[in-house]
Amino acid sequence: MARKPKAHAASHTPLVLGHDIISKPQTIRVDGVRAAGLEASRRRINFTTIVVAGLFFIVGVRLIELAVRGSGDDSRIAAASINQAIHRPDIVDRNGEVMATDIVTASLFVDARYVIDPQEAAHELVGVLPDLNEADVEKKFASGRPFIWLKRDLTPRQQYAVHNLGIPGLEFQREQKRVYPNGAAASMILGMVDIDNKGTAGMERYIDRTGDLLNKPGDLTATPVSMEGESGNASSGIRDSGAVMLSIDVRVQYVLRDELEKGVEEFHAKAAGGMVMDMYTGEVLGMVSLPDFDPNNPNLSDDNAHFNRMTLGVYEMGSVMKTFTFAAALDSGAVKINNSFDATHALKVSRFTISDFHAERRWLTVPEIYMYSSNIGSARMALAMGRQEHQLYLRKMGLLSRPRSELPEEGDPLVPANWTDLSTMTIAFGHGLSVAPIQVVQATCAVLNGGFRIQPTFLRRSGPALGERILSAQTSNEMRELMRLVVTNGTGKKADVPGYPVMGKTGTAEKAGKGGYAKKKLLTSFLSAFPANDPRYVLLVMFDEPNPTPTTYGYATAGWNAAPVTSKVVQRIAPLLGVRPVDQMMENPLIEAKLVTNGGAGD
Amino acid sequence: MISLSRTNRGAIAEWWWTVDKWTLLALILLMVVGAVLTLAASPAVAMRIHLSPFHFVYRQAIFYPPAIAILIGVSLLPVRQVRRVATMVFLIAYVLMVMTLLFGPEVKGATRWLQLGPIAIQPSEFVKPSFIVVTAWMFSEGMKSRRFPGTIIALALYTCVVAVLALQPDFGQLMLVTLAFGAIFFMAGLNWFWIVLLAVVAIGGAVAAYTFVPHVASRIDRFAHPASGDTYQVDKALDAFHAGGLFGRGPGEGEVKRILPDAHTDFIFAVGAEEFGIAAGLLIIGLFSFITLRSLGRAGEETDPFVQLSACGLTMLFGMQALINMAVNVNLMPAKGMTLPFISYGGSSLIALAYTMGMLLAFTRVRAGRQSASATVRGVFA
Repeated sequence: MARKPKAHAASHTPLVLGHDIISKPQTIRVDGVRAAGLEASRRRINFTTIVVAGLFFIVGVRLIELAVRGSGDDSRIAAASINQAIHRPDIVDRNGEVMATDIVTASLFVDARYVIDPQEAAHELVGVLPDLNEADVEKKFASGRPFIWLKRDLTPRQQYAVHNLGIPGLEFQREQKRVYPNGAAASMILGMVDIDNKGTAGMERYIDRTGDLLNKPGDLTATPVSMEGESGNASSGIRDSGAVMLSIDVRVQYVLRDELEKGVEEFHAKAAGGMVMDMYTGEVLGMVSLPDFDPNNPNLSDDNAHFNRMTLGVYEMGSVMKTFTFAAALDSGAVKINNSFDATHALKVSRFTISDFHAERRWLTVPEIYMYSSNIGSARMALAMGRQEHQLYLRKMGLLSRPRSELPEEGDPLVPANWTDLSTMTIAFGHGLSVAPIQVVQATCAVLNGGFRIQPTFLRRSGPALGERILSAQTSNEMRELMRLVVTNGTGKKADVPGYPVMGKTGTAEKAGKGGYAKKKLLTSFLSAFPANDPRYVLLVMFDEPNPTPTTYGYATAGWNAAPVTSKVVQRIAPLLGVRPVDQMMENPLIEAKLVTNGGAGD
Repeated sequence: MISLSRTNRGAIAEWWWTVDKWTLLALILLMVVGAVLTLAASPAVAMRIHLSPFHFVYRQAIFYPPAIAILIGVSLLPVRQVRRVATMVFLIAYVLMVMTLLFGPEVKGATRWLQLGPIAIQPSEFVKPSFIVVTAWMFSEGMKSRRFPGTIIALALYTCVVAVLALQPDFGQLMLVTLAFGAIFFMAGLNWFWIVLLAVVAIGGAVAAYTFVPHVASRIDRFAHPASGDTYQVDKALDAFHAGGLFGRGPGEGEVKRILPDAHTDFIFAVGAEEFGIAAGLLIIGLFSFITLRSLGRAGEETDPFVQLSACGLTMLFGMQALINMAVNVNLMPAKGMTLPFISYGGSSLIALAYTMGMLLAFTRVRAGRQSASATVRGVFA
């Protein structure tokens, strides 16, 4: 095998091939040969030395890398920090008001090896912490294990009391606890955290999922711009503190929730929802879904109270969807604002009959169809435009796909798998397509802001964020006229506010149940925008199964519940948002609409 | 300063002029670093398991004087004596190691320890270096005389040692012994056919360990896929390096030592880096690489194959143990139960290391026939 020819030559011993594992000189008696063998060993030693030196070098470089850069995998480390709750950034509203913050609390655990008399100790401890189960505590004390949680997040008073018991083995662990000073007010937006301070829902979960959020706070926590003199508490330190600034205005949020709560009580509704969005920036200023929960004690509420009806729930919204049918039909050019359609008789398509709730039984002009909320007229308009065009517009308005805001709780719209002409006809007046309310608000922004698509967001934006144009400015202006008309002359009269003109559209949908639509189970909504002279904010108010009351003369339709609540909300939030009141209401909506047109999309 | 005349032929004087003083200095420095880090890391561990804070410190401190005595005492011996001692230690320690299988108490799922009166020893610590010296002897005899089956004996001894280590089980030591044995086999002139063959066998062994030994499999899985299991110790160690930065949090300011169960043994490197920064980490790496590379270099200059192979094997044993421990600490390797030589807590280990490095120092002493001399010899005969 590998053998030095020199060694071979020097030796006279016959070779035995095949069993010499070590290649070596035949003899070491010849000094030259021995030197050659040593030379070979030396080369191999040198080779080994270089390899070992390389390994030491690698460890050294890795050490420097670790010290400078960290392990590079922060999520893994975060997951491993079991006992150390994660420090979370504060969440503040658009004016810098704190909506969520961390405080330091103490949690109680026992090192059971030190407990002298488990029974007596358990009895004493339950005496000061009565919500603990005595038998359970005693079992823990008797277990002999070095670490068992007894109770998380003690109040200072409880800590003091436990401390005073002087039971050996009881110890406190300092922890971060998330606190929501506004309680349930913004629970659907903020979400919540688990016992280890990890975000499990809402914006809290978003913060956790966006790992780099904390590394570049500048993007998300722009210094609050003072808007129309409402700056108030915005302190300059917010950016430095790394807080996450939301688009929410806590005051708007409070008002919205307050009025919706009163509405739920008045109409004995099962649930309610509301949302305010800035139609130029896409910022959500307030969002409420009732029933809701207190994020400080999320476990006290049932699943129903954790369900976000505005983003996760999808509904057949009813007549408010006519807004998009009209915008599409007018923009496509298939229908002109002065056209008329036959609404004399109910429309029969195969086994379905489309009829009107406020039946006029005559030919109706386009504004009349909208004003009286004629299903027949809407269906005919959609047919005039064609189902493909209809579908295309709905898609552009964002009604056929998930809105992809920051909230993790988002539902996919339910779009008919097989979109027939009948689908187009029913979708024209809001049945057959289920969308999340946030999508309705998002699409309305585009309809009214001059025709630009917007991306809804729960984070503060510094200015307008208009996307691609999807409707012409003329369509947008015509839609403004139509929506104002509903409030001045149509089904939404109760929504108006003196001084703060409102425009909008009612929607009363029969909820789909077993074997068809239930006549008595309604989903009412009022989709509106204000101020009508220069619309800027879109507001949606929605009630699930409201009941008639004596004051509504037995009606439970949107005009009798969602519309008046809208009026109350606008009355209270318009001044907060710095909307300038209009001195005198103009009687003729068309003149006013002209003013709107001339005013343009504005700032 | 000690003043010893170069013409003094006494044993001490001769040792002083011939021993590798730089390596000796580096070893003493390592022990100093070890003492400091044991002071830093072990009180936290001791308090956590409810011992007096300085329990480990005292227990370690009493081993320093005998360790230094053994280090210097062994390095005083001439090569022939070292070989004799190593052979005897090998036989005794091997028997003890077999006894651990029969009588040893089970600690963390393995029987590696033997209680001898008041002290617990891990016989495999002593088997390792003795085995290397004996093997080197066999190889070198085999090189001298064709009829002597040195290689066969060496392989047989290797099999015996590895078998016991696998039964204990102690895969860390097994890996070390294999690496050092492989290194001297390679240096003894193993031809490439066998190198490839043995490499295949080693890889096969690793695969078998992964397949048939659950805790090996779980450690490797956790290294490869951190999400698959508990990587708590390693994650905390990584945190510690980052928290330490360049100059550390400061003595006593470390956090990781309060958390890691093995802060004073397997993860003492991380504790040191957290409190004293990567500056200290680099110093430790520097000391280990200095000793290892310098000793390999000196071994390369030897002309006696036995001395050369022994010195290289012992150096590899020492250097690879340090490398593997540090590589685990910085998460370049899956977790292994391996301590950092002279720095981690452990009395039995400290004595065994003193014995190992004492032999190494004995082998790397300047003596007639070294390269500097043989170069001229070669020059004459070439």
